[in-house]
Amino acid sequence: MPLLDARDVHGGYGGMNILNGVDMAIEANEIGVIVGPNGAGKSTMLKAVFGLLHVSQGEILLRGEPIHNLPPNRLVQKGMGFVPQEYNVFPSLSVKENLEMGAYLKPGNVKRMLSRVYEFFPPLYDKRHQPAGELSGGQRQMVAMGRALMAEPEVLLLDEPTAGLSPLYMNEIFERVKEVNAAGVGILMVEQNAKQALAIADKGFVLAAGQNRFTDTGAALLADPDVAKSFLGG
Amino acid sequence: MNELVFFINNVVIAGCVAGSIYAIGAVGVTLIFSIMRFAHFAHGDMMTFGAFMVLLLTTLFPSAGAAIGIPTPLIMLPLAMALTALLAVGIDRAFYKPLRAHGVKPIVMVIASLGVTLMLQGLIRLFAGTGGESLYVDDRKEIFRLALPIEGVRVPVVITEPQLYLFALTLISVVALHLFLSRSRLGKAMRAMSDNPSLAQASGINTNTIVAVTWVIAGGLAAIAGTLLSLDVTFKPDLSFFLLLPIFAAAIVGGVGHPYGAIAGGFVVGFAETLAVFNWGILLRPFRDSLPDWLAQAGNLAFVGTEYKIVVPFFILVAILVWRPTGIFKGKVI
Repeated sequence: MPLLDARDVHGGYGGMNILNGVDMAIEANEIGVIVGPNGAGKSTMLKAVFGLLHVSQGEILLRGEPIHNLPPNRLVQKGMGFVPQEYNVFPSLSVKENLEMGAYLKPGNVKRMLSRVYEFFPPLYDKRHQPAGELSGGQRQMVAMGRALMAEPEVLLLDEPTAGLSPLYMNEIFERVKEVNAAGVGILMVEQNAKQALAIADKGFVLAAGQNRFTDTGAALLADPDVAKSFLGG
Repeated sequence: MNELVFFINNVVIAGCVAGSIYAIGAVGVTLIFSIMRFAHFAHGDMMTFGAFMVLLLTTLFPSAGAAIGIPTPLIMLPLAMALTALLAVGIDRAFYKPLRAHGVKPIVMVIASLGVTLMLQGLIRLFAGTGGESLYVDDRKEIFRLALPIEGVRVPVVITEPQLYLFALTLISVVALHLFLSRSRLGKAMRAMSDNPSLAQASGINTNTIVAVTWVIAGGLAAIAGTLLSLDVTFKPDLSFFLLLPIFAAAIVGGVGHPYGAIAGGFVVGFAETLAVFNWGILLRPFRDSLPDWLAQAGNLAFVGTEYKIVVPFFILVAILVWRPTGIFKGKVI
């Protein structure tokens, strides 16, 4: 049974459909990457999975259990974590308090998970008493991922984690994503840096106009001349 | 030296009294703003309601305090805080929550709170009448006159019992609020929701719980402020309504949505008021001989007359909005 299984998902905002039947499945411990042109519905799909968007047709299953249209706090309880692309930290809270909020529903986790998150992201330990709003973009992204990890999710949804970061930080974030995944967390991420993202992906989903255009392993998509021509810039 | 004591009585003590009440009121206003993003105009009447509950309970059990040796109204305060908190949560459920569910603009909430104000005032008047009433139903208000052990000082420093309780309770409330916001899981979640409501939700924080907790705290604090104000003077149905302006000035001076700023803002406004109406001529009196005639002869050197005290917070409010809309502590702009 796949960890996360989305079948024929339709949905949108206020009557306007953006998703017109998306299929997506990742197994436990896999990295799934969603790529595609602007307006293809990549971020919208992630939001639909996390209950932030009404799914009008189709279904989304977490370990076989239907989860579409559940509120986000229920999904956190069921083992899902979400890192939005923007506004993904609490700026006036300290780094440590930001992380604590991630474990809000599991207060027993705080101590154990804090030390794990600091292991994943050593720079955060040194800045733990600093307000998150004062950190650089890359460090903020670490806080955001760390916050989501605090609840010990089985699957982590990342919306363009490298957007706006310098190449140096970009590589660092990709490394961290691989490490988090190696620690047993399934990943579903949307990425603009398609080549780099597909290189670490077990499954890749190329969306266009709210539908799957190509679905394969990351390596196969990278090797596919059609994908390269239309979506990876040659 | 008598003049200095006069200054202490009329500016330092009076400023602390006004400042404490404004501060406790402004904290409530600012917390409500930071969580629900609207200016809660019914806050003054929530204060009056708390004082009214104390009056009611004290009239019912006038001798409850005598056994322990503290004024009965203070014994009733925790109960009144609980009742006011209940009222606040009830008002939210009945009026504000349905509006929030419709996703209305903040201005609609503000107008709704104006309606709640009129309603509360009417209700309180219906039961309490329109006149003033002392909260000291059965006890006597103690007044302490502390003579300074300095030669030539005849005027004592005057402080009343309720003023001392006011200072003590303000201090306790501020420390308790600080510990709550900085240490407790719920307090941090409140700050998190103030920072970023959608991320708070994505973290699994139940925003309805946070809203309820905010009303409980704001209601409890409103009861404290209203009761202590009524103890210091007398209970009147429109007493706290007239505090609305200075309280909003305090919240804005401190930076809206910033609890520590609201406390600082409360004292800024309180002291600005007492300093503005203080007759500075009194402090010049000892130097009368060395001053030019026109200054020595001047009768009243106050910036504004006591009857115009209300213009001071208004002036501060306008000045802050024009020159530093984020307030001292960089709050959110209304």
